[in-house]
Amino acid sequence: MNNYIWTTIFVMAIVSLLIRVIPLTLFRRQIKNQFIRSFLYYVPYITLAIMTFPAILHATGSPIAGFVAFVGGILITWFGGSLIQTSVSCCIIAYLMLLLLHL
Amino acid sequence: MKRSWFQSKAFQEGARDGLPIGIGYFAVSFALGIAMRNVGMNWFQGMVMSLLNNASAGEYAGIAMIGAHALYIETAFMVMIANARYFLMSCALSQKISPKTSLFHRILIGFDITDELFGLAIAKKGYVEPSYYYGAMSVSIPGWAIGTALGIVLGNILPTRIVQALSVALFGMFLAVIIPQAKKDSVVFIFILLSFLLSYLCTLLPMLAGISEGTKTIVLTVLLASLAAVIRPHKEETNE
Repeated sequence: MNNYIWTTIFVMAIVSLLIRVIPLTLFRRQIKNQFIRSFLYYVPYITLAIMTFPAILHATGSPIAGFVAFVGGILITWFGGSLIQTSVSCCIIAYLMLLLLHL
Repeated sequence: MKRSWFQSKAFQEGARDGLPIGIGYFAVSFALGIAMRNVGMNWFQGMVMSLLNNASAGEYAGIAMIGAHALYIETAFMVMIANARYFLMSCALSQKISPKTSLFHRILIGFDITDELFGLAIAKKGYVEPSYYYGAMSVSIPGWAIGTALGIVLGNILPTRIVQALSVALFGMFLAVIIPQAKKDSVVFIFILLSFLLSYLCTLLPMLAGISEGTKTIVLTVLLASLAAVIRPHKEETNE
């Protein structure tokens, strides 16, 4: 069982490394193609948005607390909150909501 | 004496920006540790898995496969699917680093492409310096690995409510990366809203319920980013 776990860990590590390193080492120059450039410009915002919602609703075990933290986070960063401020505020909001909801 | 890279301003800046990531990772990987404990992994195995993989969804997939005594090839495939979005992020990041960046730096940066560090790098104006990225890695990797190990050892000692509240930290960071750009760029604004909406609808439709989180993220990202690129090609950056 121990051997099995260790081998699995290394198989996982190799797959994870290759998938991340291949594009970075392959594309060594600025891509000129307008479509690909635009596509890659939009990818981060879209993919982070997809991963945030609705996943944040399930993060705390209370969809309501998650939703309030979500809206709170958007407002705080919209009005100039930094990365740290937004992140910490979301945690505090979630904690207070969980307290309030007696969860 | 020449100042070493970890004394550089960029490294320290990266470490400062990476700190909330390290803290957030601590909470998420703690939960990961509990899952590892349930499939019979010890703290050392868990820590090594986290040090080498740096991926929440990818590691969850691997842990589930260990629990199911899957074949190595099956595990490799699952981890590939769960981590496929990093392939896209790596493509995007290849345009955010200087073309002169050496192979060594490319491999080292690639090793730790995560949702959060990627978000951090993308939020930087102009090219990202490798030492900035390493600064962020220097605080996030230990947070991730130690959190995993403690999750296995301590299990359920931390009050649940605190663990639950900490788990929104990462999402708060995502918001802080995407919302400022939405404020500046109305197309990004619209597509972020669309992303929230479609991602939510995917969880409601019964026929899509079987699709994994990772697959959903890739398919929606490719669809929406292509649509955005066709509707409004992005003008060459003037801020670089």
